[in-house]
Amino acid sequence: MRQYFGRKLLIYGLTFFVAVTVNWMIPRFMPGDPVASMVARARVSDPAAVAAMQQYYSNLFGFDSPLISQYFNFWGALFSGNFGISIWAYPLPVADVILDAVPYTLGLMIPSILLSWFVGNWAGALAARRKLLDNTVLPIGYVLTAMPYMWIAILLCWGFGVVFQVLPVAGGYSFAMQPNLSWEFVGSLLQHWLLPFTSLFLVALGGWAIGMRNMIIYELEADYSNYLAALGAPHRLIRRYAFRNAVLPQITGLALQLGVLVAGALVTEIVFSYPGLGSLILKAIQNQDFFLLQGTFLFIVLGVLIANFVIDIVYVIVDPRTRAGMTGATT
Amino acid sequence: MTTTDPITAITAPDPGTAPISVRREALYFAVRNGKLLVGVTIVTIFLLIGIIGPFLVDRPPMEYVGLPMLPPSTEYWLGTTTFGQDVLAQFVYGVRSTFEVGLLAGGLSALIGMVIGFVAGYRGGLVDEVLNMITNVVLVIPTLAVLLIINAYLGIRSVGMQALFIGLTSWPWVARAIRAQTFSLRSRDFVDLARLSGVGTSRIILREIAPNMSSYLFMTFILLFGSSILIASSLDFIGLGPTDGVSLGLMLNHSNQWSALHLGLWWWFIPPGAAITAIVGALYVANVGLDEVFNPKLREL
Repeated sequence: MRQYFGRKLLIYGLTFFVAVTVNWMIPRFMPGDPVASMVARARVSDPAAVAAMQQYYSNLFGFDSPLISQYFNFWGALFSGNFGISIWAYPLPVADVILDAVPYTLGLMIPSILLSWFVGNWAGALAARRKLLDNTVLPIGYVLTAMPYMWIAILLCWGFGVVFQVLPVAGGYSFAMQPNLSWEFVGSLLQHWLLPFTSLFLVALGGWAIGMRNMIIYELEADYSNYLAALGAPHRLIRRYAFRNAVLPQITGLALQLGVLVAGALVTEIVFSYPGLGSLILKAIQNQDFFLLQGTFLFIVLGVLIANFVIDIVYVIVDPRTRAGMTGATT
Repeated sequence: MTTTDPITAITAPDPGTAPISVRREALYFAVRNGKLLVGVTIVTIFLLIGIIGPFLVDRPPMEYVGLPMLPPSTEYWLGTTTFGQDVLAQFVYGVRSTFEVGLLAGGLSALIGMVIGFVAGYRGGLVDEVLNMITNVVLVIPTLAVLLIINAYLGIRSVGMQALFIGLTSWPWVARAIRAQTFSLRSRDFVDLARLSGVGTSRIILREIAPNMSSYLFMTFILLFGSSILIASSLDFIGLGPTDGVSLGLMLNHSNQWSALHLGLWWWFIPPGAAITAIVGALYVANVGLDEVFNPKLREL
């Protein structure tokens, strides 16, 4: 087990290292000059002011020191929690802007991911090898999983927010309110949370249901299932054994899907102008706020790595083979 | 399954004609598989829209050609945008670029995944360790986040550029799956025989190992095709789409940005999303159909 976690941690450490390095490299080695484009965007015509701005931004990025020391400085700043100053929300530090947005994204993602995983697996397991259910669950699952996240969000937003006008369509809470700890405010939060949550939940649901259905069919054809059936074991028992085996790849699948789920949450937030990381990214791109964009990138990578590690721990708890030091999880 | 054709193909293995009859057997089941037929039909329809459409719609997609916010009519089949752009023109060009992205990005990531998977699985040892580590690292990094950073710094973005970067980031699970399959194939007798007779590594992989999983490779490509389309549309929607053209994701981006939802311009945002859903869904369904064609165990009896 120690070897299992050691290997995992090595991969995650390496991934973080690669992510930071990529983050450092892109502004420096991409074609085009970010400083020039920032200065151009400010639309300053006075040449002295342009030179001063160029000087300022070069200093900010640390472009004038040698590459190696730029790289180490980058790491140093990272460990002291310094992600730079946001240009969009000037003069707030990027770390503060991001930390304000993270709770909204997490509050949206964690419930929708967990709930869609459980409900999807349950529906898929129920549908497998049952003609009538299968014929409904499978097509619905395929349509849901093929939908782009933002489209289902747009449809829900349009249907419930504009046509029926039953739910709010923008923001994390009512614009008329200030964040405070009252029931009214919590109610407003929930109201604004419901539609983005539903759209994330629905898209992810289809994939889990299909995956589970296929795994169950596969397990029901395994030797142990046939043996149990030959012994005259009840159907329920066989299906329960099949489910236990089929759920393991679904846990690994959850880890593999994290990137896609994050992407889905980001675009969904944009549709609903939900004040999470997605809207932050949109603002950063629209305002060419590269510090904010890069800070958000690192936060997302860090979040995905932590989530991966949590899933690894869950896997060890669920699958005794990994504890016994045998092969099990391969992710 | 009334004809005896496929059964004779299996029970009478004639070494000389075996590949042909296997192919004929696959074809026999392919044309009788509902899922495959439905999937292929839908994809073909959209492919035709993407290929022929731009020639039939003579209005340029981004020009202001008519009155703003017109609902669908005989003049403008899908209405116009808030600026008076023809939605139908955007749609047909968008479908075309969707296929371009899917084909290029899916093809590239399939290629990278195959090369890494084959080499890692066949060579084993240190090469495998290193490639496996790289695969795992790329697997864990959230693809879209990397693409965001890269595309944000790219000043001019084209469909080809977008496809290139999507292809470069979405290969890991393919590499892993192919590595596992290669691993199980490489110690088979026929591979040993090829090695004994002095055939080179690349030739063994191409001639002995790859053909044994050709159906799997093809299905992998289809899945990558679909997922690339979804990734590209997300990127477009965030505002990092091609700067030199139009795509379905970009249409969704514009409609959302210019509050088509609140103005009730449903003809602007429903067609592009529906097209993406239909294309990707059809690809997935066709993939399941193919699986049933190639894998006798899955055929419904």
